[in-house]
Amino acid sequence: MRIARAHVLVGVDEEARLAGVERVLSALRKKLAELGLADEVQVVETGTLGLSGRGVVLVVYPEGVYYAGVTPEAAEEIAEEHLLKGRPVERLRLPPQAPVVAPRRLLGRQTRVVLRNCGLIDPEDIEDYIATGGYEALSRALQRRPEELIREIKSAGLRGRGGAGFPTGIKWEAVARAAGPEKYVICNADEGEPGTFKDRLILEGDTHKLIEGMLLAGYAVGAHKGYVYIRGEYVLSIARMERAIAQAREYGLLGEDILESGYSFDLEVRPGAGAYVCGEETSLIESLEGKRGWPRLRPPFPVTYGLWGKPTVVNNVETLANVPEIVFRGADWFRTLGTSSCPGTKVFMLLGHVQFPGLVEVEMGTPLRTLVYELGGGPPEGARVKGVLVGGAAGAFLSPEDLDVRLDFDSMREMAAALGSGAILVFDQSVCMVDMLGSVLRFFRHESCGQCTPCRVGTDALVRLLDSIRNGEGDEGILELMMEITDTMNLASLCPLGQSVALPVGTALSRFRGEFQRHLEGGECPRCRQSEGALT
Amino acid sequence: MDKLKMVQRFPRSRDRLLAILHELQRANPRNYLTGEDLRLVAQYLDLPLSQVHDAVTFYSMFSLVPRGRHIIRLCDSPPCHLAGAWSLLAALQEELGIRVGETTPDGLFTLEFTSCLGVCGVAPAMMIDDQVYGNLNPERVREILAGYREAG
Repeated sequence: MRIARAHVLVGVDEEARLAGVERVLSALRKKLAELGLADEVQVVETGTLGLSGRGVVLVVYPEGVYYAGVTPEAAEEIAEEHLLKGRPVERLRLPPQAPVVAPRRLLGRQTRVVLRNCGLIDPEDIEDYIATGGYEALSRALQRRPEELIREIKSAGLRGRGGAGFPTGIKWEAVARAAGPEKYVICNADEGEPGTFKDRLILEGDTHKLIEGMLLAGYAVGAHKGYVYIRGEYVLSIARMERAIAQAREYGLLGEDILESGYSFDLEVRPGAGAYVCGEETSLIESLEGKRGWPRLRPPFPVTYGLWGKPTVVNNVETLANVPEIVFRGADWFRTLGTSSCPGTKVFMLLGHVQFPGLVEVEMGTPLRTLVYELGGGPPEGARVKGVLVGGAAGAFLSPEDLDVRLDFDSMREMAAALGSGAILVFDQSVCMVDMLGSVLRFFRHESCGQCTPCRVGTDALVRLLDSIRNGEGDEGILELMMEITDTMNLASLCPLGQSVALPVGTALSRFRGEFQRHLEGGECPRCRQSEGALT
Repeated sequence: MDKLKMVQRFPRSRDRLLAILHELQRANPRNYLTGEDLRLVAQYLDLPLSQVHDAVTFYSMFSLVPRGRHIIRLCDSPPCHLAGAWSLLAALQEELGIRVGETTPDGLFTLEFTSCLGVCGVAPAMMIDDQVYGNLNPERVREILAGYREAG
């Protein structure tokens, strides 16, 4: 990195792009040049700064002053007032309790492991990553035996962050022990769960960390080829990953004889084409092979029969992003974070009716209440929390009484909920549960792949039944029928898509039953009328 | 560029199928894959035509019928729904005079639903071609459409 008096870090992600970050950047650079500050002040395009819905966000270091909603004119003002005259522009500053990436005093209860570099480095520059200790874990690992690496991940207790929480070390061990010389590592970046964009922001904010994680996984299991499967809609992610791979090759970190260790590994990007079900690992593998993304019957599992029928590790983006940190700092350090059965941190997207929506990373086991009220600032003034949908569409509806639940795989399972993808959608009294569940069910009907009958027929039947409730047709038998259908889907569907529908339906009907009953009795609901007009 | 040359830039491996299809579809001003495209890919990757067709019909980003020059993808997953995506849908349908899945008679727009676009922080959101729009309301939607109409 060039030595500069001040750094301006500008969050460049999809949100910032649509808020016109390109224009802000050029205005800022032009103004700095005019003021003769071009050599003194370095402008760094970095990943997300962790705040949603605030337009272009930038931070000025060394002071660590955050600005939000920055327009080209505001950027010029910041250049002139703050960077030239040293007076922060108070009018444009962010409220201090907002959950941004840094500085430390603003972090509150956040613990940054996965997002350590996000918003602090330029993800398009490998040197930036190396300067933060990047690829150090790889160089250490390559001097050890692959089994030692697996032992380290196992004793760290890392569990898959894609939703299922399966122990990563055990998965790796199974692939390492599987027969045959040809093995693969796949990074699942087919993020499609509603309300979920953490993987995109990790990938776009710290691209090389993901490459390092995949290299470590590859070395541990004896694979020489890896694929990053990215959603077709994530145009920026695909471009950044392609560029990072090219840089890593240039630096000899991908390809033959990496760091003169004799180990070879290479990576390629594969785009998806718009299918939620491809986030399920066997569908993803089918899609990668150039077929329709239909889930496979299991067993055999991908660890023995994966891509092209060979043993394959499929790990989520966030899981892989934890790996270099664990290898670098050790399993014992990792175990100091989180709970004993779920060590480490978890990245959440805090959305909906909270004052500070955005990306947060906290230790496993942090109470939901802390996220909603401390990091999210609670609901907007005058509103009350009615419920929280945790885990995306395939998640559970919780009520205000449930807010003390701890966010880790086991605590959530105990209350018959799931951590899922980490999407936390808070909603206030203005929301109608029938309407909300309708949105979830239409989503599943749209995304059911159609291969197995319980899911194909079940998702459609559920939407129709919900419409009956909305129209006040029928009686409570409908609610029982919905439960019966989701039970069947849970038992008989081929993959988690169909199985998981039971969770939102069951939790909505049990926790908010009265509202469904009122609709059945023919009570007028303005919210339902509004959305019905458009959707049916 | 000639289609064959476009396809030949990719290695001859079936795991390239989706990437090649994206490329061919992008090159078609009406945003769809023709029978000729499918045959070309099948031949190039040495796959039965039925398998290529099978894959194309599975993914929501591909189409076998001509679509508008601009594809409007509206997100109605729960975070956007909460923020009023239904009001955008009403505005879009009214303004365009078509329903979801249809193309305007002038061939300018096709209206589709998409799963979560991952910009929930600025919900409700939609995507037109590769451009994402957030913090929308019916008013904004009409303005944006007008912009595309002007540009043609």
